[in-house]
Amino acid sequence: MRLGLFIPCFIDQLYPRVGIAMVTVLRRLKVDVDFPAAQTCCGQPAFNTGYWDEARPLAQRFVEIFSGYDAVVSPSGSCTAMVRNFYPELGVTPPPTFEFAEFLVKKLGVTDVGAKFPAKVTYHDSCHTLRELRLKDEPRQLLRHVRGLELIEMDQAETCCGFGGTFAVKFPVISYAMDEVKCASIAKTKADYVVSTDSSCLMQIAGYLQQHNPGVKTISLAEVLAAQ
Amino acid sequence: MSTVSQFLEAARQKTADSHERTAVRKAIATYDAKVADGKARFADWQNARAIAAGKKWDAINHLDRYLEQFERNVTANGGQVHWAEDSAQARQIILDLARQRGVKKVVKSKSMVTEEIHLNEALGVAGIHAIETDLGEYICQVRREPPYHIVTPVMHLTRGDIAKTFGLPATTTAEEITMLARDRLRQEFLSADMGITGANFLVADTGMIAITENEGNARLSFSLPRIHVAITGIEKVIPRFEDLALLWPLLSTSGTGQALTVYNSLITGPRPGGEFHVILLDNGRTSLLADAEQRDALHCIRCGACLNVCPVYKSIGGHSYGTTYQGPIGSVITPHLRGAAEWSHLPYASSLCGACTDVCPVKIDLHHHLLHNRRNAVRQKLDHPLQRMAFRLWLWAMQSPARYRLGGKLAAWAGHLGFKPPRNFPMPTGQTFRGWWKKVGQASRLSNSEKSTRETRVPLE
Repeated sequence: MRLGLFIPCFIDQLYPRVGIAMVTVLRRLKVDVDFPAAQTCCGQPAFNTGYWDEARPLAQRFVEIFSGYDAVVSPSGSCTAMVRNFYPELGVTPPPTFEFAEFLVKKLGVTDVGAKFPAKVTYHDSCHTLRELRLKDEPRQLLRHVRGLELIEMDQAETCCGFGGTFAVKFPVISYAMDEVKCASIAKTKADYVVSTDSSCLMQIAGYLQQHNPGVKTISLAEVLAAQ
Repeated sequence: MSTVSQFLEAARQKTADSHERTAVRKAIATYDAKVADGKARFADWQNARAIAAGKKWDAINHLDRYLEQFERNVTANGGQVHWAEDSAQARQIILDLARQRGVKKVVKSKSMVTEEIHLNEALGVAGIHAIETDLGEYICQVRREPPYHIVTPVMHLTRGDIAKTFGLPATTTAEEITMLARDRLRQEFLSADMGITGANFLVADTGMIAITENEGNARLSFSLPRIHVAITGIEKVIPRFEDLALLWPLLSTSGTGQALTVYNSLITGPRPGGEFHVILLDNGRTSLLADAEQRDALHCIRCGACLNVCPVYKSIGGHSYGTTYQGPIGSVITPHLRGAAEWSHLPYASSLCGACTDVCPVKIDLHHHLLHNRRNAVRQKLDHPLQRMAFRLWLWAMQSPARYRLGGKLAAWAGHLGFKPPRNFPMPTGQTFRGWWKKVGQASRLSNSEKSTRETRVPLE
């Protein structure tokens, strides 16, 4: 199987460690991945802002770049949802594309990746992962098999963090108010870390925590799974 | 001030109003607990949603047929149906009915459509006294505020706030407040010449209207005065009487968590010696009907579930929208009903989290319609020219890995020079995944002998 890695633009630029962690875990499981260097962005920022004609060429580009692969795996539920659920809205047929946790649990059949992360964590359901890809238990299954990790559920796990891409920039006041609600729920768990499949949510959450609750850190699921 | 500026200013004020946000949060927490119990009473909630959506799909996709059937049956039952294309026509019909009959006083039960057409103002100008008789709506009327929520008009008020509204001490109990309103309203019911109500469902095969309520005020509104006028949107029609067996409990479960509301009335015609009029309002609904992509927004039974689950609604509250219908459903339909030029900011004021779509009892694809409205706004060139240019430039950059890499480097330099992105989001540092892959990742790819046999078993669909 030829497996292509899709590293969303903001992970490439802001959180390269998330992509590296994903490669680390896959190699530990003896799964080979390739990174086609021509890739850039999936087109979601334009699509979500209403610029479908500007998003479509990027969707077509994505399909060409990954045409030589049997499947695509990505450390982002949001970008995976863009490719899988929204490319068809643009008239583009996507290649089989999977979010990382989904790929591990549902495709490789792995829930224990041999990770060790001794800390209290709470899991934030990213909206796209939960409600577009319908992945709720898969990330939690992976977390439950991490040695030393204690998973504490927060009451508002499924509530949006308020990021929403350009929403956070166009309506910062509303986005911030939503972040506040999310972080209050996180704080109640007394967890050391907030974990999520989506680094965009974590960027939003970290923005609030750094100012108001610096004791709580954010970390991607891929990084937790890479830890030993 | 433009609708956008008003919205932004209201959102700024309301997100900072912790008293109101706390009241709303508490009200919705109570609602959430009741609704969870309510859904548990269904053998299969998801299946119930699917069946209800199917019934509404049938109704909306054969609207012409069911509305005409409804009209024939109402007429046969002794009532009269009026068709109103827009708010002005609907107001005129009511004013004409009132004037011709010398109506001086009108009692009203809860109706969002009368809010939509600004009926109370029109009646006031014509010298007709209109009294809201739903307790929540009555409080709104006393406060001269629009309803905060389509089901729960004073969700944002505490008991203390309401006591203050009536000039009572803050310690007044809910019962005392209710009794005061009841005393005042009883007199109004007895002396009104006309009762105006909405309708939750228009039953095509029997020509009945169904009204759902909890206070009994709608019953008094349509049964005490001699003339009953019901006004509602054309989308409220349902094919068959038996459909209520599902739609009634579905509405009450999603609306308040009740198995059924306290009162459910079916009106088959005028009371003896009385008159029964039904006004069917279009007011932009047929333009929504013409949009095959978003037609399912007409499934809406106005339960308010999408408002209650919406993190934006909970942050900015109902008044910030400046619309009759707030929350996700309002942001979907308002650009259609009142014009995209003025209301296209609402579909953008969403993180697209999709919680609304998941709770909608009639399966309206709400958050995807927000996306469709955004696309429509761009197609209609309602977007800001600078934003359009920015996305075209962005596309040009993203179509070439070299330009993309250069963009990342420029951003990293800007960051090193102290440029701050919006909020406190990070800037690129120059360290990228592709840089790592080129130097490290690629070189350590697995050889064929190292690969697991596991991956060959992977089913990829």
